[in-house]
Amino acid sequence: MANGIAPVFSPRYLRPAITALKANGMLVLEDIVKRYGTHLALDGVSMEVPQGKVFGLLGPNGAGKTTLIRIITRITGPDSGRVLFNGTPMTDADASTLGYLPEERGLYKKMKVGEQALYLARLKGMEKSDATRKLKDWFARWEMDGWWNKKVEELSKGMAQKVQFITTVLHSPKLLILDEPFSGFDPVNAELVRLEILRLRDEGVTVMLSTHNMGSVEELCDHIALIDHSKVVLSGSVREVRQRYSEATYRVDYTGSKVAFADALSFHGELLDHREAEGISIARVKLLHGATVNQVLSAILPAVQVQGVHEEVPRMHDIFIRAVGAKETRPAAAEMTE
Amino acid sequence: MGKIGLIIWREFITRVRKPSFLVMTVLGPLLIVGGIALVVFLGMQESGVQNIVVVDKAGLLTNKLKETDDINFYYEQADMSDSIFKASPYTAMVEVNPLVLENNTIQLFYKALPSLSTQNYLSTEIEKVIEKEKLRVNQVDPEVYQRIKTSLKLQLFDIDKAGKRSYDQAKAGIGFAFGYLIFIFIFLYGVQVMRGVMEEKQNRVVEVLISSVKPFQLMMGKIIGIALVGLTQFLLWILLTSVLSTVGMGFAKDKISASALEQAGPQVSTQLQNQLGQGVQGAGEGEANEQLGMVLDIWNDMPIAAILGLFLFYFLGGYLLYSSMFAAVGAAVDSETDTQQFMLPITLPMMLSIFIAQTAVYNPDGPAVFWCSIIPFTSPVVMMIRIAMGNAFEHPWELALSMGLLIATFIFTTWLAGRIYRTGILMYGKKVTWKEMGKWLFYRG
Repeated sequence: MANGIAPVFSPRYLRPAITALKANGMLVLEDIVKRYGTHLALDGVSMEVPQGKVFGLLGPNGAGKTTLIRIITRITGPDSGRVLFNGTPMTDADASTLGYLPEERGLYKKMKVGEQALYLARLKGMEKSDATRKLKDWFARWEMDGWWNKKVEELSKGMAQKVQFITTVLHSPKLLILDEPFSGFDPVNAELVRLEILRLRDEGVTVMLSTHNMGSVEELCDHIALIDHSKVVLSGSVREVRQRYSEATYRVDYTGSKVAFADALSFHGELLDHREAEGISIARVKLLHGATVNQVLSAILPAVQVQGVHEEVPRMHDIFIRAVGAKETRPAAAEMTE
Repeated sequence: MGKIGLIIWREFITRVRKPSFLVMTVLGPLLIVGGIALVVFLGMQESGVQNIVVVDKAGLLTNKLKETDDINFYYEQADMSDSIFKASPYTAMVEVNPLVLENNTIQLFYKALPSLSTQNYLSTEIEKVIEKEKLRVNQVDPEVYQRIKTSLKLQLFDIDKAGKRSYDQAKAGIGFAFGYLIFIFIFLYGVQVMRGVMEEKQNRVVEVLISSVKPFQLMMGKIIGIALVGLTQFLLWILLTSVLSTVGMGFAKDKISASALEQAGPQVSTQLQNQLGQGVQGAGEGEANEQLGMVLDIWNDMPIAAILGLFLFYFLGGYLLYSSMFAAVGAAVDSETDTQQFMLPITLPMMLSIFIAQTAVYNPDGPAVFWCSIIPFTSPVVMMIRIAMGNAFEHPWELALSMGLLIATFIFTTWLAGRIYRTGILMYGKKVTWKEMGKWLFYRG
């Protein structure tokens, strides 16, 4: 997975996955439309966020992600469409139980760290004593002892981000919405946050993650929805989306004659590139004319010694660029959402 | 404590704990008392001993002017040229022209301007001598003159308040003081509301808060919290000022009363001496008693509780009305420099109310004063004058209309501001225009 390579004969479970997803949708958006004056910020956006999973909300700048998040958190209302939370329309009371880490986030500079964290926790409805105890736990766990009485303006950006993250999750929300949670973190602290997100997911928290960091999408997300120009242009489980974007390209590792290999491929496949590594030849092959892997294998097996065959699955980074870059060919983009 | 309570608490406690709050609390009364003390002190201050030479060719004044500890008179028969006067040790020169009995004019030349009290003393002294001289020339018996000389006092009575002296001017002054207090409060703390909103927007705290609380709660919490800061500050000022002035008065009492009476004595005497036929000291006391009587009269005449109650009402009503607009401006802009264009429509009616209030002191029944005491944007300041003068109590329906309109308007502006606020706080990098703000009003919440 880490290299963007999936085993070739993996079972495809597209349909069952989607039906299961519908049944478990903790958060369901139905045909959300939002206009600002003449600008259409969201145009019929629908999606389902399954319970207990990490859901990636992707899209280029200005696509409408922040507007969508603000509708979910009830900071603003949709012009039409519904937001269902656990099967019933989301209320203000529901919204105030969410944990929301906005992309643009700040703290009162002149307030002390502990005091401020307590204030934010109490605004979420926590009792002072409970909040104090939990905060002290977090501070100890994230090696932030001695920060309590520091003023926020004395903190570095990364330190302030840590405080922000803690105050977002302190009240144990069932749904966590994180907008670019890794920005401002060094790799060590980014890893701390990543592990924390996975831990929360394992505890049953549903996480909606909005980010431009495609690496973290591959590492963390189970499902994604990609928004571009106010519409959902791509959605599904990460595995399924990557499969959908695969272009029947395979990596074939073998030993033997390169010429024999190329000849054997004949019209079943096109040799995209070829390299040698430690005595093994590595070829990238694109299947032609609807040929199957089996057909290719039976053609080349007599010619060379095959060491392994892997389907090359595109990385989220490339999928993002292809989905968003296909602006001029809008119908094609629409097809992808099918 | 509800969410709005938490917000109020934070707004209050973070401001009250600031060193600047303590500094202002201590400095405010010191400045007020210090300022008053300085004025009193400077008024009493004599610029050293005055040696005044009286050039008196006709011999009218010679040896007839009474000297004091600080003022000495020297008499010259011959003219004194400017250069000689400049070189002389005299501090001032009085030139008595021979026609003084006809034209009542005396000229004073000085090296450094003598204090006002010295000038007053000089003119009263000379006046007395010249009066006496005129009596002699016209062969009038001074006894007779004392009897017939009249110093008229016009006493004012409002026909609707039979038997009571009217002190409308003094009351209007009190009303103006109340109105001015409201004006200052709205400005000082309204701007603080605007700054607070802008701060939250600029450092993006608002993005975090807005998922826990409604924008309206956030705005109202801030407005109320800052009002409490202001009230606390005012209360502390009143407390400290009264303590300071009591201490200060006790400290300076002997000095002031002794010298002040001595200074005031001669002046007062010309006004009252003839009428009352009393000595200098007695006249001074009479004046003081009369003033005390007037204060008591005013005090008894004004429904203090009602006035203070209405003051509090207009104080808070005006503040709520304006601070919600200040909050909307703070939410709409990205930086302090962008506030200018939106500040004008807020400050203009405020300024107008102070101007109208000034004219109301002299002409409380004018139509401008009437309308401005009804219109909610000016009524908090202007109506206070009509209230203090008792005028408002005679037209209860006008008072009720003014109060009702103020309540209705501040509910309306708060609602309006809330709509601008909730869109504005989440909008960055956009140069906001009036048209843009108008659109925000109609966005769906």
